[in-house]
Amino acid sequence: MADTIPVAFSVNGHEVAAQVEPRTLLVTFLREQLNLTGTHVGCDTSQCGACCVHVDGTSVKSCTMLAVQADGCDVTTIEGLGTPEDLHPMQVAFNEHHGLQCGFCTPGMIMSAVNFAKGHPDPTESEIRDWLEGNLCRCTGYHNIVASVGAGARAMAKG
Amino acid sequence: MGLMAKPIRRIEDKRFITGRGLYVDDVKMQGTAVGYALRSPYAHAKILSIDTEAAKAMPGVIGIIVGAELEAEGVGHLGAAFPASMLKNRDGSNRWDGDRALLTVDCVRYVGEPVAFVVAESINAAKDAAEQIFVDYEELPALASIDEALAPGAVQIWPQAPGNIALDWEQGDAAAVAAAFAKAAHISRIELVNNRIVVNSMEPRGAAGKYDKATDSYELYVTSQGSHPISDNIAKRVLRISKDKLRVITPDVGGGFGLKMSTFAEYALVLIASKRFGVPVKWMSERTEAFQSDSHGRDLKSTAEMAFDADGRILGYRVETNANLGAYGLGFGPGIQTAVPMFVIGGVYKVPVVYNHARAVFTNTVPVEAYRGAGRPEAAYVLERLMDQAARELGLGPDELRLRNFIPAGEMPFRSAVGALIDSGDFQRNLHDCMRQADWSGFAGRRAESEKRGLLRGIGLAYYMEKTAGGAGPVEICFTPNGRVEVGVGTSGHGQGHETTFAAIVADKLGVPMELIDLNQSDSLRAPYGGGTGGSRSLWSSGNGILKAADTVIGKGRTVAAAILNVAPEDVAFEEGAFRAQGSNRFLPLLEVAAAARGGTNLPADLSAGMPDGLDSSGTHDENGDTFPNGCHICEVEIDPDTGKVSVVAYNVVDDFGFVLNPLIVAGQVHGGVVQGIGQALLENCLYEPGTAQLQSGSFMDYAMPRADDFPPIKFTYNEILCTTNPLGIKGCGEAGTVGAAPAVMNAVLDALWARGVRHVDMPMTPIRVWETLQAAKG
Repeated sequence: MADTIPVAFSVNGHEVAAQVEPRTLLVTFLREQLNLTGTHVGCDTSQCGACCVHVDGTSVKSCTMLAVQADGCDVTTIEGLGTPEDLHPMQVAFNEHHGLQCGFCTPGMIMSAVNFAKGHPDPTESEIRDWLEGNLCRCTGYHNIVASVGAGARAMAKG
Repeated sequence: MGLMAKPIRRIEDKRFITGRGLYVDDVKMQGTAVGYALRSPYAHAKILSIDTEAAKAMPGVIGIIVGAELEAEGVGHLGAAFPASMLKNRDGSNRWDGDRALLTVDCVRYVGEPVAFVVAESINAAKDAAEQIFVDYEELPALASIDEALAPGAVQIWPQAPGNIALDWEQGDAAAVAAAFAKAAHISRIELVNNRIVVNSMEPRGAAGKYDKATDSYELYVTSQGSHPISDNIAKRVLRISKDKLRVITPDVGGGFGLKMSTFAEYALVLIASKRFGVPVKWMSERTEAFQSDSHGRDLKSTAEMAFDADGRILGYRVETNANLGAYGLGFGPGIQTAVPMFVIGGVYKVPVVYNHARAVFTNTVPVEAYRGAGRPEAAYVLERLMDQAARELGLGPDELRLRNFIPAGEMPFRSAVGALIDSGDFQRNLHDCMRQADWSGFAGRRAESEKRGLLRGIGLAYYMEKTAGGAGPVEICFTPNGRVEVGVGTSGHGQGHETTFAAIVADKLGVPMELIDLNQSDSLRAPYGGGTGGSRSLWSSGNGILKAADTVIGKGRTVAAAILNVAPEDVAFEEGAFRAQGSNRFLPLLEVAAAARGGTNLPADLSAGMPDGLDSSGTHDENGDTFPNGCHICEVEIDPDTGKVSVVAYNVVDDFGFVLNPLIVAGQVHGGVVQGIGQALLENCLYEPGTAQLQSGSFMDYAMPRADDFPPIKFTYNEILCTTNPLGIKGCGEAGTVGAAPAVMNAVLDALWARGVRHVDMPMTPIRVWETLQAAKG
């Protein structure tokens, strides 16, 4: 078994410290060690975006980052974005506009969309479609995801 | 309650948008070990020996299973869903499906076929160990395609299937079709390739299994479209145990599209491994692994001919198809180009005679099984491409030729030449509505405008009809002691919003608030038996079943309420969720009546004795005929002749799904289906290297998945022409988008390229293929 090295960072506002194998991916650490299973693994080539989380406020594909690279960072997963009782505006928009079907790509879509919306308070359809290039969905045909992201961004801008 | 025909927001969304869904990979069982399948790197090879000793000594390894051990233990093999008697060769002999062990013993027949199953403490330990397994292969010639398999002198993959023909099937009347062609004024002919698709549900396949020594029973969490069929296959065929010794649970599932109908080897292997090694075992496919181990879709070549009279009316239709089955006939594989689409050959047209000959061909590729539509998109693709070509040859508009041949609404119900009894439909109306919606008449102006920008513009239409799958299963409505209503179904939603849709029907019918209704599905020991979800049949089966079960609930409740209210049952009315003594203001809410009936107190003894289960009731939809969703798709494309890039600039759909219960969910199904169809037409292609059958498109790096920036918004409307063969009047909408899209897109692409001299196009029209086609047309 490979040697382990220490990491410490914040996840959804909680301080986390652990020993990890250097080859451990951030997504594996989140899912296996912290049981934050809302972050999904849909591919092994950084194409699908189901594993998107925020690292220091920016969306990152957590399958493309080692856990040790997150050392000292502030990580937010879908579980930390909003709760069933207190949904984030982007989560509300996905429900309202039927922006999900099987739900597997959804956490990554929402995390990516929240990052996008911060810089695009009133995005055009084409801006949304361009941004979502890094997130794959096989169910929705993207139509309602695009509508959700637009509505979510505008709701976030209103505050 | 008025919950039907409303765009109710989905109740299941809350857990998905907050990351609280429970997919198989999220299931935690104490002490779970990881399973990993070692797969063949060769497409066709004898296995001379497998040496696992070094691997077993690796750190973290719990154990390794190979096929010979399973053979010795009498473990059964996988197989097709169709019994031999149901799907035979046209000469009456039995088809051959191959013989697929969970782990191959002596010969591998495709890249990715599993040869050993490693169980270890972590996935990394399992992978490290798998690298130390020594498999001695003797490579054999491999067949990558239908053409290679049918070539003279081709290696025989199965001695039982001479010429690599697994199934040689026909329908219709060849002689009558020949006679019709003999008197034709015009015959149109087309040869088409239907490209191979990798299903790619965003959640890969997976399974977590546990054997319990105390009860000698198994528990399996699996990514499926129905737990009962998986349980049937594993319990009866593979493990040969009683079904009550295996509990199959399907938790949240990240998309299926036909892939997750089937029973795959890994699902049984985690159970076998759990029993052997004494720990729960989980196997999750990685994406690259999925490309080489999931069943694929489509992959066929068809030649179709249509005979017309001098007025452009169809006299007869003839189709010859060779379909790639892969190396084994598994699941619905042998039926996809034969039994499944047989009632939609000829589609929405008055076709007097039909002959359809289809062969399933073995190759050294992954088994080909169901992919959204499963045979019906393929049939619609051939027919609608041919109709467009015939219209050009006859000098008619694509709408005009179709209008001349549509089965008129006034002739419904209509018995087609292939034996389908089409209950209802107004194809002319949908076509006209879609052309108006797409501004068909304004196309010439848009084309001229595109030309000014140096772009080629095309418009294409397709009119599809599909037949949804049958097989209604029982629905149970149960009243729980804690005051909730549980609806048990044999379908198995995996993204279609069943929790919302079924709850809305129950709430509407029984007046119980939706938030008190729970769906019980896809647990082989708890949920009612059923074939799962596939073939656009779930609302047809479970929705109509709910109506029947609810009627029984109301009938029982009326008797109980009458006893409590001390009036005759015929004087009790059920409205807005309560039983009311007519002519008085005395009433009892249904849930109170259910509680009283469950307790039996305060009820006459004969009444409570007659209702041991209280108001709990079951009902099964009386299968009274098929349903035929249909509709018109119109696609508009712009092509850059310099780069070959095809842009879909407008997409319009007018469907007839009968009654639309939740317009929001139905629209979502159409959007997703259409994009899968466009994806096949323009982007997706699974390639095996000629001669070696090595998988060349093995990841998202080299298989083009549809992305958000590939599409415009999809404009979808519908006409509700109620289905006459079920009480809800619904026709089914799950696959329809995929069925109509590919021919509409390809007709548009050919229309755009026509002026440049292009006369034929095949899927997928990727930029390089468009560019090459344009260069070739220059001559």
